[in-house]
Amino acid sequence: MTTAAERANLSSVIDPEVFQRLHLEAHKATDIKRVALVASKGTLDMAYPPLILATTAAAMGMEVGIFFTFYGLDILNKKKLSSLKVSPIANPAAPMPVPNILGMIPGGTWAATFVMKRMMSAQRMPTVPQLLDTCKQFDVKLIGCTTTMAVMGVSREDLIDGVDLGGAATFLEYAAKAQVTLFV
Amino acid sequence: MTINISATLVLDTSGEYCPMPVVKAKLAIDSLSPGDVLEVIATDPGSWSDFPGWANTTGNKLLEAIEEDGKFVFYLEKA
Repeated sequence: MTTAAERANLSSVIDPEVFQRLHLEAHKATDIKRVALVASKGTLDMAYPPLILATTAAAMGMEVGIFFTFYGLDILNKKKLSSLKVSPIANPAAPMPVPNILGMIPGGTWAATFVMKRMMSAQRMPTVPQLLDTCKQFDVKLIGCTTTMAVMGVSREDLIDGVDLGGAATFLEYAAKAQVTLFV
Repeated sequence: MTINISATLVLDTSGEYCPMPVVKAKLAIDSLSPGDVLEVIATDPGSWSDFPGWANTTGNKLLEAIEEDGKFVFYLEKA
């Protein structure tokens, strides 16, 4: 911290115009907000919130990073990201208005997923792959959890391109400098 | 209602919901020069508070916001 007297002194040695410019630049640099998100779930419904928040924050000029851990890693998995599902079991708010017990019959998850995807496309909602493309276009940092990869037997080649790998410390170091941190 | 602002570019996001209006506005404004005006048409009711928030955060200036027949029109000047 500089005192008012020191600042006055500084502006007398530095050209006032240069001083003003440095002052503005210094404030501009610290003005970029950072958003750090954790995506921990691999269902269709829970893939949307972190991706929507990430693309929106990036569109607002914020710096964004998402840490994909546990089932959330499926969102980065080439073989799985297009076929994420939503289950009607233990989910009274499921898109298929049937008693919960019926959600347990074979095909329940398929039907609920089908209905939700149809509802989404009817409202022209982007798909998960489309949101991931937007993330990449906006330079959103995508961090795949290496512990999850080991536990679930996922290799680097199973993940989409442009993913950084790391552990909790990687995310926490990033999140420590964030103004917004959310666990999804 | 007529408005006396001439837009450099018009972006129609009718029928689309969050995050698309804001995402598309960001891409559109990136293609403009400072001082240019982007007109965004939206039908998502959330956009009524989303665009003032987006403008505040990005520094682009919200010149005017109009609601008319279920459509929201925003005039945004690129910073």
